[in-house]
Amino acid sequence: MEKIYLDNAATSWPKPEGVYAAIDYFNRNVGGNPGRGTTNLALASARMVLETRELLAELFHISHPLRISFTPNITESLNVALKGCLAPGDHLIFSSMEHNSIARPAYALAKQGIEISIVPCSSEGRLNIKALVKAIKKNTKMISLSHASNVTGTIQPISEVGEICQKNGLIFVVDSAQSAGILPIDVQRQHIDILTFTGHKGLLGPQGTGGIYIRPGLTVKPLKEGGTGSQSLDTNQPEFMPDSLESGTLNTPGIVGLGAGVRFLLKQGIDTIRQHEEELTQLLRQNLLEIPKLKVYGPANCKDKAAVLSFTLEHINPAQVSFRLENEFGIITRAGLHCSPLAHQTLGTLPHGACRLSPGFFNTREEIEITSQAIAEIAQK
Amino acid sequence: MWVITFPSVTHALRAEKLLKEKGIQVKLIPIPKELSGACQGLAAKLPGEDVEESIALLDNHGIDIIRRGIQIKM
Repeated sequence: MEKIYLDNAATSWPKPEGVYAAIDYFNRNVGGNPGRGTTNLALASARMVLETRELLAELFHISHPLRISFTPNITESLNVALKGCLAPGDHLIFSSMEHNSIARPAYALAKQGIEISIVPCSSEGRLNIKALVKAIKKNTKMISLSHASNVTGTIQPISEVGEICQKNGLIFVVDSAQSAGILPIDVQRQHIDILTFTGHKGLLGPQGTGGIYIRPGLTVKPLKEGGTGSQSLDTNQPEFMPDSLESGTLNTPGIVGLGAGVRFLLKQGIDTIRQHEEELTQLLRQNLLEIPKLKVYGPANCKDKAAVLSFTLEHINPAQVSFRLENEFGIITRAGLHCSPLAHQTLGTLPHGACRLSPGFFNTREEIEITSQAIAEIAQK
Repeated sequence: MWVITFPSVTHALRAEKLLKEKGIQVKLIPIPKELSGACQGLAAKLPGEDVEESIALLDNHGIDIIRRGIQIKM
């Protein structure tokens, strides 16, 4: 049975050929530890890591690439953003569509005296801006928002929120897990102080890669201290980026692969990728709406969402739908809560969650038609 | 010779790239031992007449610099 992969919101697959080749090339022919010593191997490795920083800077309109530190994933990036900026007495605002990668660190901080407010979103997952503005208090320090929901794909008005943050002197943190590589991100125009990203979704890199951009002038305390290959006689952690947030050896093969992924995106143009994914999602949505007893979540217009579509069947548990899609049709999806209980609460899909379909650049219209047919068949029996 | 030093290899490599793009004759060398306290990393060796322009360029690009142009006797 041919496999149809529709779980790109969990991790994109397959990757562009160049990604596999770059990782293999690095492992076979380079192999040095970047920043550790100045042998040709270490320097070649460091140059490759620098190149990935520069490619990411180009993609996100970041003028200083060394303001990007690499992390193993966006969860760590978000932990750095929150725990490195907030102190007891500070107030943090986020939305009711956020992932556990922000909600859990926030709840942990709440136990240490940091105030948190969760701003409601509509049943389609859209942020209520009026409620957001109303939630700002004297001690508000940060607003953290996911650019696009991992459950409904709903795109949040980050430019508008960026302006609100700038006017009120707040740190604006953006979680780009579902948008980087798919939607335009411009840290300057959108007034993003801290951009967190993962490498293995829309950026088409391997798992175990991610990072954090911090605007010049803003200092964030590291989560961990250790070897950086720089200023080793100093007992204190370096304060300059990227070293301050990069203790320990990096996932260099992964970062080199991520660079190849971003190079692919820049060559294709994210507009092209976005258009393809939008068309597939629109087609999928239209098809699903014709199936009786099926409910689709999120915005009706696919221009308002990333390529993520969650649905439920009145009479079958989402986990069962996902299981049958894989076992009877070879279609890979993800059912359940998608690490986002807050979002499912907003949508009214607790406790079972929903079945999520997330097309990627390498999916075809034919695959979408086959999938729609399969879901219609499952719904019937 | 004139050198500029950086706190880490990453900053040195990025500086090398930016200076080369401007057509400045730059070469990365190990930090000369005369510069005590900065035993790690790389220095950029460059012509004395380019130091001022180079420092301005690197400042504009957010490169961290330790020694902002120092003459070393060879």
